[in-house]
Amino acid sequence: MSARKPYRRPMAGWWKKNPYFVEYMVHEGTALFVAAYALILLAGLFALARGEAAWNAFAAFLRSPPSLLLHGVLLLGFLYHTWTWFNIMPRTLPPIIISGERIKPATITRAGLAASALASVALYLIARIAA
Amino acid sequence: MKAATRTIRIEVLRYRPEQDAEPVVQAFDVPFTDDMSVLQGLQYIKDELDGSLSFRWSCRMAICGSCGMMINGVPKLSCSTFLRDLYPGPLRVEALAHFPIERDLVIVMDDFITKLHKIKPYIIPKEARSLSQGEYLQTPEELDRYEQFSSCINCMLCYAACPQYGLNSSFIGPAAMALVHRYNLDTRDGGSAERNPYVQAEEGVFNCTAVGYCSEVCPKDVDPANAVNVNKTEAAKDYFLRFLRPKGAQA
Ligand code: SF4
Ligand code: FES
Repeated sequence: MSARKPYRRPMAGWWKKNPYFVEYMVHEGTALFVAAYALILLAGLFALARGEAAWNAFAAFLRSPPSLLLHGVLLLGFLYHTWTWFNIMPRTLPPIIISGERIKPATITRAGLAASALASVALYLIARIAA
Repeated sequence: MKAATRTIRIEVLRYRPEQDAEPVVQAFDVPFTDDMSVLQGLQYIKDELDGSLSFRWSCRMAICGSCGMMINGVPKLSCSTFLRDLYPGPLRVEALAHFPIERDLVIVMDDFITKLHKIKPYIIPKEARSLSQGEYLQTPEELDRYEQFSSCINCMLCYAACPQYGLNSSFIGPAAMALVHRYNLDTRDGGSAERNPYVQAEEGVFNCTAVGYCSEVCPKDVDPANAVNVNKTEAAKDYFLRFLRPKGAQA
């Protein structure tokens, strides 16, 4: 009879065993913030469809302190999500070669962050002009 | 050898199947000099303190890929991790995570070897060539495309870093994917059609959730996470393009 008896270690609580995994769970968790904000936008769209009174009530809610607090918290979640998203981005792209040189991972990350900052500013300006 | 100046405690997760129902920690106090690696610390234990301690190693120079283990919870090559950097300790060594333990620090690697075999990690020529046609020529740019992925030493640290592999060992995993990529990118190779079924299978690239730790721990900067994720795009393209192709046409 074989004396072999390979031992399998349990995976329970794996993400608590390494700070890298804890951070991974946190940044994946911030995806829920993104989902939550999508729901808020959807609620706004429904209010708009239901007419002026519903829309005004929704707009009043947006200006209320609890809503401002919620938006602040969601914004922080978004910022962290954006940061981690573009940090992992270089790992997901094939090499980008410009005039014979491979673009460095840090450059890709920075370009991504700059693009999202630019898009945010543009959106803000459009909203200002529209308001 | 210089006289040992300091002593560090090494806690080893031991598993002796004939006597242990499950792994147990055993601590050893090891005198060391500044030039000693964790592997040499283990060799000291085996030579001087407890000859029954089992672990794998060969080259002692970070190239054979045999000596991987968890050092303070991080997958590392024990021959290129130095005791001086872990002083005052104690430090904890354990068999590579996510693999079954055969004995002490020795893992069962059959699963990885089977995967490696399956993905045909060698050049499959596009067409038969005769000797008179001469050697294959490749430009530096063509070499550059796959060179990084050819540095893999099969140390399996990336598997020990991958929670998805730990949760579901049917996942093809980082290094096997890096090698699929390495050969598929080679201009001399025509074997991608034989390898891609493993990429696109249920156990293929889509098991990866881009944790990225595999690339972080890789001692050879292979960046296996890149190979996995680039192939997700390729697999998705393949999947959707097949609807656009005329019936019966091949990619
Ligand atoms: S990809 Fe890196 S970590 Fe994984 S087996 Fe190869 S050399 Fe080791
Ligand atoms: S002994 Fe060969 S890699 Fe460490």
